[in-house]
Amino acid sequence: MPEQLVFAMEVFLNGLMAGVLYALVALGFVLIYKASGIFNYAQGVMALFAALTLVGIMEGQVPFAHLINAMLGTEIHHFGWHVPGVLAILFTMAVMVGLAWIVNTLIFRHLVNQEPIILFMATIGLAYFLEGFGDIMWGADIKKLDVGLPQGINLWIDETTFNIFDYGFFIDNLDIVATVVAALLVCALVIFAQYTKQGRAMRAVADDHQAALSVGISLNFIWVMVWSVAGFVALVAGIMWGTKSGVQFSLSLIALKALPVLMLGGFTSIPGAIVGGLIIGVGEKLFEFGFGPMLGGATENWFAYVLALIFLVFRPQGLFGEKIIERV
Amino acid sequence: MFYREAGDFKTSYVDDNQTFPIKFDRYRYYVVLFAAFAIVPFIINDYWVNAVFLPFLIYAIAAIGLNILTGYCGQVSLGTGGFMAVGAYACYKLMTGFPEVSIFIHIILSGGITAAVCVVFGLPSLRIKGFYLAVATLAAQFFLVWLFNKVSWFYNYSASGQINAPERTIFGIAVTGAQTAPWAAYLFCLIFTFASAIIARNLTRGMTGRKWMAIRDMDIAAEIIGVNPLKAKLSAFAASGFFVGIAGALFFAVYLGAVEVGEVFGITKSFLVLFMIIIGGLGSIFGSFAGAAFLVLLPVLLKNVLVGTLGWPTDLAAHLEFMIVGALIVIFLIAEPHGLAQLWRVAKEKLRLWPFPH
Repeated sequence: MPEQLVFAMEVFLNGLMAGVLYALVALGFVLIYKASGIFNYAQGVMALFAALTLVGIMEGQVPFAHLINAMLGTEIHHFGWHVPGVLAILFTMAVMVGLAWIVNTLIFRHLVNQEPIILFMATIGLAYFLEGFGDIMWGADIKKLDVGLPQGINLWIDETTFNIFDYGFFIDNLDIVATVVAALLVCALVIFAQYTKQGRAMRAVADDHQAALSVGISLNFIWVMVWSVAGFVALVAGIMWGTKSGVQFSLSLIALKALPVLMLGGFTSIPGAIVGGLIIGVGEKLFEFGFGPMLGGATENWFAYVLALIFLVFRPQGLFGEKIIERV
Repeated sequence: MFYREAGDFKTSYVDDNQTFPIKFDRYRYYVVLFAAFAIVPFIINDYWVNAVFLPFLIYAIAAIGLNILTGYCGQVSLGTGGFMAVGAYACYKLMTGFPEVSIFIHIILSGGITAAVCVVFGLPSLRIKGFYLAVATLAAQFFLVWLFNKVSWFYNYSASGQINAPERTIFGIAVTGAQTAPWAAYLFCLIFTFASAIIARNLTRGMTGRKWMAIRDMDIAAEIIGVNPLKAKLSAFAASGFFVGIAGALFFAVYLGAVEVGEVFGITKSFLVLFMIIIGGLGSIFGSFAGAAFLVLLPVLLKNVLVGTLGWPTDLAAHLEFMIVGALIVIFLIAEPHGLAQLWRVAKEKLRLWPFPH
């Protein structure tokens, strides 16, 4: 086998893995958009906030330590205990549910019936607020997140591929875990949406708010629930990305990576988010591999957007999006 | 008491259609203009020009540009930073390529170049709508920034990858470069802001502007009554690009003097200008000014209070600023989705009656 082709295959596999991570973030977007028509720009910051909270709880950090120290002149930083990973994840989940409730009660209940663009702007405001809030609460320094996920090169794949192609593929264990987790998450979400009472209510709300209200579904409850589920997805994405590259501000930028995925897959489709994520992940890695050196590198910054843009010109609702029907 | 239409008789259509039909408003406008042109240049110092006036004037132009596209024509754009970068780099290439031509012409030309680029990126808007378009304009943002970073022709192969504004003069007075007097930079930007506001105001209340608004309110219905969506949308992109390009050129040449594209014209700039028009008011020229003033003054004020008065560390103040800006945006959207301009309109309505109850 020619060497270039083997390299391309490795790039392809790594692209698939990266795509799964993009899809994880995109999933959170789709959930909220389907259920409430809100395009939640703050999803990336929610992932950052979840990861920050998780690290903070695990390390026993004092919330707002920086602020308290600045105001009172004290020198407190840590409570001095360490919380095990699983327990910390549960605590963080509780925080995310609380956040969902606050966001819904304080912001989106007051914006019912506003135009979608106003809701979108409100989520950008929320993103800014959460970003500042997370930094003030837990500090802005780069943190290491380790909840016990395996990391580093997968030796089995390395050996197997070496025996076949004379060249060992570098696949990170973490990426494999992320893929499995994402698959489980999607299955769980589909089962939840199709077979549980709350899931059916969620789909009803997504279909038609007023009709759902008239058959006795509480919109408030559903919205809090959806934001909580999105918070959970954000937490999972935050753990994966945080373990991969440290918990820091740039984590919130993965929201920007998820946007072309959404465009490609369609804003309303869960399978679309997965397929879109895979296409974008593979596409940008292969493009960088093939044309990056020619164009000066770092094409990953824009390739996904241009790909999605070109695609949308031919199919404006994305791959799996609902057909847009406009009436006067 | 003073804010009355009574007694102010209009005897011609021109009178009837003027921008400020109420006498009080008109005089207030003249007073503001007089103060801006004849008083402020004599009393400002370096700090005020660089911290407040220049960013305010330049962001006002950018906000007017984005307001035309988003507020009047309804096409949400997240590519403002990228388009400002086009203006800046076009201005740089023109300044270094044709040093004998006046910088005044360079800046207007860079507006024109940005308009052309903007039209190209506006083409998908004919097929893509709403959020999909907003995300699609991000393609412009990331692609343009990458382009200016990677293709060294744009920064004349300089080793640092930065662009630096050479010194240029108008009537013998330096307006760019290190030797610029604060008042000269201020007046130079003020002229552009003033002209932009007048042009934009007249564009938006004329036939072109009404077509944009028809497209914004419902593009299919607009098409049925005879508005050509291709022309209307692309002209909005072009007009928007023109103003944003001028803002970018001024931002680089007069305000900063040296620019590294990823830092200055990144995605945060796009959001900043978007916030300005939301807080100021979508579809209002006054709103563009109000929003720009608000978001330029707020950080200066917060910094002075938190760092200067309370003595908190700067990073903490920066985080608080994020929180406050975010919270303000949400509060504004809940309390008044139409922004400061709407508050201003309501205040004027009340003023017309004051002090009588009806």
